[in-house]
Amino acid sequence: MLSTLDFSIIPLSLPFILKGLLYSIELTLISMTGGIVIGTLLALARLSGGPVLAGAAKIYVDLMRSIPLLLMILWFFFLIPLLTGFRMGQENSAIITFTIFQAAFYSEIMRAGIQSIPKGQVFAGYAIGMTYWQTMANVVLPQAFRNMLPVLLTQTFILFQDTSLVYAIGATDLLKAAENAGKNYNRPVEMYLFSALIYFSICFSLSMLVRHVQKRVAIQR
Amino acid sequence: MNYHWNWSIFFQTVPSGDETYLAWIIHGLGWTVAISLSAWVIALVLGSLIGTLRTAPNRKLALLGHAWVEFFRNVPILLQLFLWFFVVPELLPRDLSLWVKQEMPAKEFITAVIALGLFTSARVAEQVRAGIQSLPRGQMNAGLAIGFTVPQTYRYVLLPMAFRIIIPPLTSEFMNAFKNSGVAYAVGVWELIFVSRQMTEETGGQVIESLIVPTVLYILCAYGANRLMHVIEKRAHVPGFIVAK
Repeated sequence: MLSTLDFSIIPLSLPFILKGLLYSIELTLISMTGGIVIGTLLALARLSGGPVLAGAAKIYVDLMRSIPLLLMILWFFFLIPLLTGFRMGQENSAIITFTIFQAAFYSEIMRAGIQSIPKGQVFAGYAIGMTYWQTMANVVLPQAFRNMLPVLLTQTFILFQDTSLVYAIGATDLLKAAENAGKNYNRPVEMYLFSALIYFSICFSLSMLVRHVQKRVAIQR
Repeated sequence: MNYHWNWSIFFQTVPSGDETYLAWIIHGLGWTVAISLSAWVIALVLGSLIGTLRTAPNRKLALLGHAWVEFFRNVPILLQLFLWFFVVPELLPRDLSLWVKQEMPAKEFITAVIALGLFTSARVAEQVRAGIQSLPRGQMNAGLAIGFTVPQTYRYVLLPMAFRIIIPPLTSEFMNAFKNSGVAYAVGVWELIFVSRQMTEETGGQVIESLIVPTVLYILCAYGANRLMHVIEKRAHVPGFIVAK
């Protein structure tokens, strides 16, 4: 019943929750950065690499996109120590998994972005003597990023929500921290509601930001 | 790599009974499919309704649709599941709350279906809205001009075309429903991921075998969903409009 809810534990648990939230944000930012860098390289490999490189990149992207993230988190958590003999914490394992997994999604966005640039621009770059990499770095990619900024942000917003799945390997993110706090103070209901409020506020602001950016970057022709 | 492969674990009997792990996997697959399909039905029905409401001329209805989408889109699916499972029963009236907690049959399964269904419904609603809004404005006016009421215009003019347009993005949402269904393990539904983790523990760490089979089954499910939607897309094709090969 609503009347039996006791929100006085929220200030008590706040330091704990903040630590979890900080990890969720850290995981989001690191895997976003890594994912965009690797994703852009994958997109370039698919568009201008040889048949072998392009094929490999395609298989990688399709495979990542067809496996549930939850399973990938488990795979990496168990496989990395097996392959390398090196034990890393749940937190680090999650960062690696998310970077590698998200790269596939960012690469599809970047591929669309690169393809949205008219071919003439690439030729124009070559015509004034730029190499392939110079053309990409100075002409194509800046525009591709600009065009795709709203979609990249939307993907990041999905990524932030997905970080809650690290629950499966017991990394202490916002959700896990809230659950632990709920157990410690024997107030799980309040803590779940509180964490939902935090997720909602962050995601809602992000989606507002996306809408704003969408209007700003729309190319005026 | 120091790993002892042992594929025979699938034919071992589980410690708690006389079934084999293979039977468990098959049950797990059944639950995964059951959760995903039931959630998809809910998502499709509610999503179409909410998405249509968002484009409706009535402002209150449009606002209701908007609030629905924002709520279900901005909270992670796993947390939504926990909210349905742990929080909602506490907020119900006393008798109902007790019944839900102690007697409700298949409680885990039903909550998982509700959570996944509503979560996906917000995404479907966004697609339906985009589909309706992509139609030329003249279509609505044409419907009204020949004497249809607003609901009739939606039913006979706008929706049939809008649904055809959004089949490709709906296909990915359908596949996502399968991929997201894995969170149900967290409240104890015996679906594929639950079985996989159980196997890893009970067989003393045959991780790769217990992960590979569910992974392949998930891929097959998502692929099956993709093919099914593809058939629907071709069947529903209106001559003169572009359709995927």
